[in-house]
Amino acid sequence: MVDMTTLGDDAIATKGWYKSHRFLILRRLSQLGILALFLTGPWFGLWIVKGNLASSLTLDVLPLTDPYVLLQAMLSGVVPETAAIIGVVIVLPFYILVGGRVYCSWVCPVNMVTDLAAWLRRKLGIRTTSQISRTTRYWMLTLTLILPLVVTGGIVWELVNPISMMFRGIVFSMGAAWIMIAGIFLFDLLVAKDSWCGHICPVGAFYNLVGIKSLLKVNALQRQACNDCMECYVVCPEPQVIKPALKGERKGPESRDSLF
Amino acid sequence: MSESERKNELNRRQFLGNMLKTACGVGLVGLGLGAYSKRASSMPANYIRPPGALPEEDFLGACIRCGLCVRDCPYDILFLGEVGDEVATGTPYFIARSGPCEMCEDIPCVVACPTNALDHDLKDIEDSRMGLAVVIDQESCIAFHGLRCEVCFNVCPIRGRAISLDMQHNTRSGKHALFIPVVHSDACTGCGLCERACILEEAAIKIFPMHLAKGQLGKHYRLGWKEKDRAGEALVTPDAEHRYNLPEGVRYDLQGEGLIIEGEAEETPFSSNPLDTLNSGFMDK
Repeated sequence: MVDMTTLGDDAIATKGWYKSHRFLILRRLSQLGILALFLTGPWFGLWIVKGNLASSLTLDVLPLTDPYVLLQAMLSGVVPETAAIIGVVIVLPFYILVGGRVYCSWVCPVNMVTDLAAWLRRKLGIRTTSQISRTTRYWMLTLTLILPLVVTGGIVWELVNPISMMFRGIVFSMGAAWIMIAGIFLFDLLVAKDSWCGHICPVGAFYNLVGIKSLLKVNALQRQACNDCMECYVVCPEPQVIKPALKGERKGPESRDSLF
Repeated sequence: MSESERKNELNRRQFLGNMLKTACGVGLVGLGLGAYSKRASSMPANYIRPPGALPEEDFLGACIRCGLCVRDCPYDILFLGEVGDEVATGTPYFIARSGPCEMCEDIPCVVACPTNALDHDLKDIEDSRMGLAVVIDQESCIAFHGLRCEVCFNVCPIRGRAISLDMQHNTRSGKHALFIPVVHSDACTGCGLCERACILEEAAIKIFPMHLAKGQLGKHYRLGWKEKDRAGEALVTPDAEHRYNLPEGVRYDLQGEGLIIEGEAEETPFSSNPLDTLNSGFMDK
């Protein structure tokens, strides 16, 4: 059993604090940096990126569009403008190459909330957990793709998508969106471990499928040095990716859920 | 049944059970989402979509809630629906009374839209139909009391065509005119400048979404005089000219003149222009 009170101490002792946390720091810099690019406009009148994660325009020339949102729009019968098509043509190959769930760990603002919930769970020693199947997210994904076809309300998922809500809340106006964010935080904290991102969120499911053949994968270069402390399994929200990388026969992991 | 077979059987049952549980849960979520989306697609009447917005049902499918129209509006009138608002989350709208559309010639909000939720075929802002201005409260509009206002008429960017003034007789004073604002749906864009400018505490002229503002004549209706004009002749029995049994030298004008006694005009000592009488003063006496 991993001792929660000393979790990570060995790593910090041998590698130092920065090296033990470097990916976390880089991910936070990326997530906050992206938010900052959107915020210089409304805050300081310096427009670098306009819009939000659904679709944006950088420096008035570079359009970027979320392929998942556009797919839902197209399922409800929309023929998009050139800007949206170019936006997807840029974004989609990027995630196909570097791995779809890089979106989750390096871009998505909700990741900061769920990471905080997971960290608090460890600190407070909360052990309650309900079983939510990892396939739930694919059911959710299917649902969000069927709803635009059958319901007249158009892109139904965007009515409740916490990622859009949080990002739009920060960049435009929050309204009551914080309730949704707080709900996910409390659910991850008290009800089920790492439940939202890897088990329920259809956006994560979509990007997971996008990155199915990605070039970038988790690897354990010095796997022979592993002393089976098991701490990585405790910290990782997607522990199923570790075993193949660390203990498997092949060099890369079998799972595509690599978040780093 | 061997041990491994039994184990498989159990796993299969577990698998099916788990899958059913998940499917049911997600199905419930779907039902909830569907019901919520129905509610969210009924907007308050004073929430107006930006120019070029597709019909509401199509709009909700096309708008990806990116907010680029909000950013490119030079007058910052557009808002995105917040959670808890009675408008689909993240979709753009404006409220005419506090911030109407200023009708930019280059329509930057439409240009910014990446998905055609705001129709890029809209090139002339005067062709946009965001809603329709309606003089909704004739009891409080001061023009109907015979007071001069005409503010809505004067601020209208399509002055004279979208809002015109209809002069009517003031029956209260008996000698003044009422300058009644009349909105014409063939020109009004629903920009809302009139609603913001209305001088009342609560505007008497308001923008409503087209489906609330407009009536529709039954499809079978034909207006006889228009059909007659189009055909060049009466399509039913031709109108018989009405005949009055009037004394010699007396006519009746249906267009408002009433009884006309021929030759009478020459007998009166007064000119037909009342100013002549006033100007003549006491000199004749």
